[in-house]
Amino acid sequence: MTTIELADVSRWYGNVVAVNDVTMTIGPGVTGLLGPNGAGKSTIIHMISGFLEPSRGKLTIGGVPSWDNPDIYRTLGLVPERDSVYAFVTGADFVRATARLQQLTDVDGAARRAIDMVEMAEAADRRISTYSKGMRQRIKVAAALVHDPEVLLLDEPFNGMDPRQRLHMMDLLDKLGAEGRTILFSSHILEEVERLSGTIQVIVAGRLAASGDFRAIRRLMTSRPHVFTVRSSDDRLLGATLIGRAAVSGVEVTAKGLQVRASDYGAFCREIAALARDHDVRLLELLPADESLESVFAYLVAS
Amino acid sequence: MSRVFNRTVASITLRAALGRRRALLLAVPPAILVLVTLALRASHPAAPWPGRILGDFGFTVVLPLTALVIGSSVLGAEIDDGSIVHLLATPVRRSAVIVTKFVIGTAATMLFVAVPELIAGIIATSGDRLQGGQLVTTVGGQIVQVGGNRNLALGLFVGALVGAVFYNALFIMISVVTTRALAVGLLYVLIWEGLLGNFVGGARELSIGQYSLGVANSIAHDPALNATLSLTTALVMGSIVTVAALAVASRRLSLFSLRGDAV
Repeated sequence: MTTIELADVSRWYGNVVAVNDVTMTIGPGVTGLLGPNGAGKSTIIHMISGFLEPSRGKLTIGGVPSWDNPDIYRTLGLVPERDSVYAFVTGADFVRATARLQQLTDVDGAARRAIDMVEMAEAADRRISTYSKGMRQRIKVAAALVHDPEVLLLDEPFNGMDPRQRLHMMDLLDKLGAEGRTILFSSHILEEVERLSGTIQVIVAGRLAASGDFRAIRRLMTSRPHVFTVRSSDDRLLGATLIGRAAVSGVEVTAKGLQVRASDYGAFCREIAALARDHDVRLLELLPADESLESVFAYLVAS
Repeated sequence: MSRVFNRTVASITLRAALGRRRALLLAVPPAILVLVTLALRASHPAAPWPGRILGDFGFTVVLPLTALVIGSSVLGAEIDDGSIVHLLATPVRRSAVIVTKFVIGTAATMLFVAVPELIAGIIATSGDRLQGGQLVTTVGGQIVQVGGNRNLALGLFVGALVGAVFYNALFIMISVVTTRALAVGLLYVLIWEGLLGNFVGGARELSIGQYSLGVANSIAHDPALNATLSLTTALVMGSIVTVAALAVASRRLSLFSLRGDAV
């Protein structure tokens, strides 16, 4: 049972603050590090994995600092985001080399076990240069698991994987988490995190925006007001009708059409077509104006 | 496994930095050196060119540039493409990584430079013999006096061996310190050693090329080598550079950092 602790951790590059005063504790099980691109997720993963020194604050794994401490890799496995593996060796050679670097006694046994875990046995004797991106990702996971680490860090592990590979990887991480390992993975895709982890840490603009049970945070995300742009044959009539509905909290008439703030996303989507038909208004365009993940996170920060 | 030399790191390094295509490329300059020597031996057997060609061309062009290509790639290539993370995310001592890369780079440089220098030196002095205290050779049935020294081949070989050690330590350190190792190394070789070394006496004291020539000349005793440093100075200065460069490289590798998100 190994815990990752970040206490008031910041990291800056010159005048740019990448991670700002983050405090979090990550215990056994699967934890998702969620945030838009450029939010600071990779910076946090790099700091935890000992590949970046925090500018301020304290960061430990099992009570031991990870920076400038190669011995930490006896208990830590890292799957970096960058798709850079030794392309000239076979998958099996790569995992075996990692096992040797980990100074394991049963190199072949450990490598075979790790390769089997990621279901790469069939392709293990092929050169990595012939692998798809998803296969490279899995062989990297095998190398990170070869010494049976208590802590596994994965930076955007599902990038480049097809749906079947994603499901398999999710099952694998679920299994590893259930065994009592501390698994932390980063992602900017909400659905990946939703499927995998009960616990999430949401990072927005370098700050910890939310932390805890995924379902509670997801409820907060889905219950926020959604903004839609609506164009119709009679914007003013449609606007007057919409403002009378409980699902709508505000309507603004603009040159580009109506800006509608829906307080209940589902009810608004169900009602607008029927309302337009009842009032003989033709809907020309209905666009969600703020569906980007950034806007979801921005809402989280504001709340 | 030794605490300072790691066989797994060595195996990865050999395959990553010295693959078949790169090895063929590295074999070109020494092949030119040997071919030029063969041609000159046939056309000018009595001229005092061996020291100049094998010393100047061999020690100021082939040796430093080959060492630069090898020394900057044994570690620099992995740093550039990010694959070094897989090596560093293990408990292997960073000093062991540096020493292993240094040993592989040095051995490869010795193979691609010192051995061809020896071969070229043997070709250049083949048929030479001592007669009445003078080094002579036979050209068209006539005995003519030649320049150079009987120990030239051995001197060039040993000088190149020692130069391979010094240069690799320096270039491996540069590859950890900067991502532009090839450019910085070229500046050092061309500007510092090539240009300033010819005009500024002090620059020669801090020139690995001169350390290598100093060692070569201590055996060959050939004025054409243009060596300016004594054996002691060359060895002491070269050893200081090597130890300091490897220590700095080990420390810098311990502090190797990954940049995070685009901020």
